[in-house]
Amino acid sequence: MTAPAGISPEPRVAWPPGMVSGAPYWAYQDEATYRLEQKRVFEGPVWNFVCLEADVGRPGDYRTTFVGEMPVIVVRGDDGEIYAFENRCTHRGALIALDDGGSGAKDFQCVYHAWTYDQKGTLKGIAFEEGSNGQGGMPRDFDKAKNSPRKLYTTTLCGLVFASLSDEVPPIEEYLGEAILGRIERVLKKPVEVIGRFTQALPNNWKLYTENVKDTYHASLLHLFFGTFRITRLTQGGGVLVSEDGGHHASYTIDAPGDANSQEYAKQGIRSESKGYRLRDPSLLDSVDEFGDRIQLQILTVFPGFVLQQIHNCLAVRQILPKGVGQMELNWTYLGFADDTPEMRKRRLKQANLVGPAGFVSMEDGCVGGFVQRGVATAGDEFSVMKMGGDGTQTDTTRATEASVRGFWKAYRNLMGI
Amino acid sequence: MGAMTDRGTAPAADLAARLIQLNSEYARAIDDARFEAWPEMFFEDCLYMLTTADNHAAGMPAGLMYADSRGMLFDRISALREANIYERQRYRHIVGLPAVLSAADGRVRTEASFLVVRIMRDGRMDVFATGRYLDLVEADADGSLRFRERVVVCDSNRFDTLVAIPL
Repeated sequence: MTAPAGISPEPRVAWPPGMVSGAPYWAYQDEATYRLEQKRVFEGPVWNFVCLEADVGRPGDYRTTFVGEMPVIVVRGDDGEIYAFENRCTHRGALIALDDGGSGAKDFQCVYHAWTYDQKGTLKGIAFEEGSNGQGGMPRDFDKAKNSPRKLYTTTLCGLVFASLSDEVPPIEEYLGEAILGRIERVLKKPVEVIGRFTQALPNNWKLYTENVKDTYHASLLHLFFGTFRITRLTQGGGVLVSEDGGHHASYTIDAPGDANSQEYAKQGIRSESKGYRLRDPSLLDSVDEFGDRIQLQILTVFPGFVLQQIHNCLAVRQILPKGVGQMELNWTYLGFADDTPEMRKRRLKQANLVGPAGFVSMEDGCVGGFVQRGVATAGDEFSVMKMGGDGTQTDTTRATEASVRGFWKAYRNLMGI
Repeated sequence: MGAMTDRGTAPAADLAARLIQLNSEYARAIDDARFEAWPEMFFEDCLYMLTTADNHAAGMPAGLMYADSRGMLFDRISALREANIYERQRYRHIVGLPAVLSAADGRVRTEASFLVVRIMRDGRMDVFATGRYLDLVEADADGSLRFRERVVVCDSNRFDTLVAIPL
């Protein structure tokens, strides 16, 4: 970043090397850091979630999305492979595809000057390439293939599609590690069906939301729904898994043994309490142990911006997209399984009240990042305190720890080289 | 349903006036933060759903809010009052004139557009949502109109920060 003449760049407090139990607030505010994140994090050796396989089920199906702030087209080729390339015409830089997605796309043509790209993103056609009446046209030695937009590597896992700009990224299984991989396979065990999509615009830096999702400490403190309605958490177990590099995590709670079916929640919901509140219609909490392991709740992140959520029978994936230093978007995709019974589908619709921008147990996550963003307005040189459970980033059987948040910063600092 | 049947033969203007009144009461209940009056405007067996035009067009069944009983609507308000945490805010609804799509057997299918401005505690005002109400309205035993269904179809997919108060 070049400072205007006569003005020195704002001094920035140093971040002690290796420190992950505190982050300087300039990390949420600094424009240069934000630009560097695009290069080193999102375009670095990471797997970015881009869409579901179900979104590009047939040849010619495509979706437009983002890798960080880079616009990207994801398309199923006629050969059955999934391709991804930058949604940028190499001629003058316009978006190539303008819609959220579509089907039957044999090629993609930029509206500006009709340059055409195939399903792999390779430049194939240039309008008036030979000129007109022997005049004009492109130089004869212009290599179209070499003038294609950036292409991304893609990989799939359990119906999820990830993309990467880097040829150094390991295979997705290795990227995640065995523990996290198992936690994804546990939920996405059969074909899914999209039952709704919503976008939530959050007034905060993308990392504040990422921290929030990984923060097991806040859940029962910020989100008061379960407590207020005296729906005792019957959970005896639970914990947090953190991947070796720190970047991915899975937190979970386990139902009490002998209570494999969470009907107990419903019973407690209707119990008359002299001081407490109760649900008038506890059918909201009528959940079943569809995974057969008594895990009621599992929140999982894949670095840098993917969330897989199982809250009772409410399943969703979330895509975290930065939209400037102090803005981000969260794309929610609510899921069911293709073989859901009508009863199970209805259950998912009711439990969806728990999550999303209007969720009983998640709406606070929409505003709390903004509270931090505003709170630290002039505190760029101060540090957050993330010492719950020590300084480490290890897997733990308690959720009263900030290990997975520290894990995020560990992975982030490694990639950023800061 | 006798009252409704009688009114079925009354001039269309009478029905329109009653629907306008219903929508006005709905908007005033929410905008004046008399949230407890909101579930009362629905039948015990009802559907309230908050979704988007894209989801609606694609036949996606999940909503941001979904209730199939008046009890669930009351629970939404109890949570709003007692459990959920959000910055103080209120809405101002502007509801368009209702179009009657069909009226038969005491069941009126009707649609009205809406615009909701959200006013935050610091004075910031935003167009928070626009869309249309897709309603199924019936008269209760007293002859008052209530919602059997209200599907709130927002024009935009994007919601700013959070949706605490029903639309």
